Amino acid sequence: MKLDLEHGVVEMAHGGGGRAMAKLIETIFLGNFDNPLLAQRNDQACFTMQAGRVAMTTDSYVIQPLFFPGGDIGSLAVHGTVNDLAMAGAKPLYLSAGFILEEGLALRDLAQIARSMAAAAREAGVFIVTGDTKVVEKGKGDGVFINTAGIGVIPDGVAPSGERARPGDAILVSGTLGDHGVAVMSKRENLAFEVDILSDAQALNGLVAAMVAEVPDIHVLRDPTRGGLAATLNEIARQAKVGMELDERAIPIKGAVRAACEFLGLDPLNVANEGKLVAICAGDQAPHLLAVMRAHPKGADSAIIGRVIQDADCFVTLKTAFGGTRMVDWLTGEQLPRIC
Amino acid sequence: MKYIDEYRDGDLAKGLAFAIGREAKPDCRYHFMEFCGGHTHAIFRYGIQDLLPANVRMIHGPGCPVCVLPMGRIDGAIHLAKQPGVILASYGDMLRVPGGGRESLLKAKAMGADVRMIYSPSDAVALARAHPDREVVFFAIGFETTTPPTALAIRQAHKEGLSNFSVYCNHVLTPAAISSILEAPSVRDLGTVPLDGFIGPAHVSTVIGSQPYDYFAEEYRRPVVIAGFEPLDVLQAILMLIRQVNEGRFEVENEFTRAVTKEGNMKAKALVAETFEMKRSFEWRGLGLVPYSALAIKRQWDQFDAEARFSVPEFKTEDHKACACGAILRGLKTPADCSLFGTACTPEHPIGSCMVSAEGACAAYYTYGRQRRKS
Repeated sequence: MKLDLEHGVVEMAHGGGGRAMAKLIETIFLGNFDNPLLAQRNDQACFTMQAGRVAMTTDSYVIQPLFFPGGDIGSLAVHGTVNDLAMAGAKPLYLSAGFILEEGLALRDLAQIARSMAAAAREAGVFIVTGDTKVVEKGKGDGVFINTAGIGVIPDGVAPSGERARPGDAILVSGTLGDHGVAVMSKRENLAFEVDILSDAQALNGLVAAMVAEVPDIHVLRDPTRGGLAATLNEIARQAKVGMELDERAIPIKGAVRAACEFLGLDPLNVANEGKLVAICAGDQAPHLLAVMRAHPKGADSAIIGRVIQDADCFVTLKTAFGGTRMVDWLTGEQLPRIC
Repeated sequence: MKYIDEYRDGDLAKGLAFAIGREAKPDCRYHFMEFCGGHTHAIFRYGIQDLLPANVRMIHGPGCPVCVLPMGRIDGAIHLAKQPGVILASYGDMLRVPGGGRESLLKAKAMGADVRMIYSPSDAVALARAHPDREVVFFAIGFETTTPPTALAIRQAHKEGLSNFSVYCNHVLTPAAISSILEAPSVRDLGTVPLDGFIGPAHVSTVIGSQPYDYFAEEYRRPVVIAGFEPLDVLQAILMLIRQVNEGRFEVENEFTRAVTKEGNMKAKALVAETFEMKRSFEWRGLGLVPYSALAIKRQWDQFDAEARFSVPEFKTEDHKACACGAILRGLKTPADCSLFGTACTPEHPIGSCMVSAEGACAAYYTYGRQRRKS
């Protein structure tokens, strides 16, 4: 029995452990994620790790819509986990991939998702070495949920961590903020609007490798995903028990993203990113780090946006372009647009 | 952003701030109320207070429709959302607001109610069209700005013969609320609360025009400057108010000439008048019962009135005893004066009306201005 990739849909049998499941895994996953460890088809992947510190992470992806301008749930599931490893300064090596498929999902869509996962993994230089597939009844899922876990090795002398931000440190970002969140929102069913913005979803391990090679003692690395830059900086400020002062004029945000946020009543600093990082390093190392980041294609729009200060309240404040000062706070609950 | 960045220019702001500093008399104290939550939001988001001299104080008024809606009406919406077969359509920022039982529409949704976030009343009409087997109720709230679109939605549903569309009407009126503030004995007779002028609403005034404010300027001898929601608009309006006070004038001036005329939007006003009528009185959070301050759907359209269609019990919920929202909305207190502020009452767990939306004074102060407490 051949899979009908053109018109077929996921059926309960595809998760049943029988021949249909084997066929699905073979055709869609093994074919795309092709690598020697996966090809052994054991229930686990076995490999040797070099001595030293190891980073491990896991993340689940439940995005709607599944396909958005600049990516899809598959590429996101690879980029997100690769980036979580990279934010430890690690070189990501291997990923696992768990799929929860909803009965009725078009096989064509699933194949497309697997292809983009494979392409994203290839580009990031990681292997998807083990996986799992489950099928849930129609109405019990949202097309497809993906969980990826990852493992990577950390070079000696590299130890970025949230609590290491110190007064006097500089705060850098690797590019424009809010692109991913706005691209996804523009395609939501009840919110469709025309905007010429692609998601920034991309793997950052190459950029991080270049950064730690030149400035190994980066104090903090983090990717400002859900909750945006505001949430990430507040998290770090609380972890390190410091305050932060930002300069609004220095924060790179695309005109179209600002316009879309204006229209929706959102603050771009709260909007999610999937291909940007925040770096915090000693003030005197910042100009060099900035030059390294700008020289890398994934950090061309990098900027120094503020500094770490002493503040027992752990406040993150912003000097507005208008000339005033305001707090940059966490989001309250889910991001909801304003009425007027 | 073209036509927006021009109104947020830092250099122009410096110039205006300088002019304000020069013209504000050092021996005078100026207390201006911005009625609208949109202005409150701009003042905090851009840090406008930092550009004003210490003797110019802004009082944050009740013009946030989410904030002033009493909890009982939210309980009413939650009650409607739980009726079998009902889809409740609501603007996004209403979803999180807790009612009397601390339940919100978001929580009701999590428990299984079908609550949808929409951007425009026409989205609610589209829902009714797409789900003929369901009852779609639009949770309509807002000042004069959001009322005409609700009227249009009712007309559209009528035209299409959609018998499954109705509106839970909570539209309120700006002039009545301003009257209520100015009529308070503390302002009018005792003069214990200084209120030297108003920044008039931006979007509301595009609909109702500048004319309705003439009465306030004359009757209460207070200057009104209608201003746009951009930060330069606000600074310019403050400068115009200072000039009026210094010259002993109390006139209605229009800073927002790019959008507001004396008569307003005649077409929108006519549409509203044909669709709605005044309620004898309506309860506002913070202000209490305000006569002729809200709209009800006219009887001829009552097939589209959710309150005529479903039985919605009247939920009565008193505000928290220690909550200072009423005093804050009237200029008697600032958010920092409230014992609940930032401790029991936060945007995550709002107790008072001013903390429930980004446009409320307490929420704006909490989200954008907390660092000021230290200095």
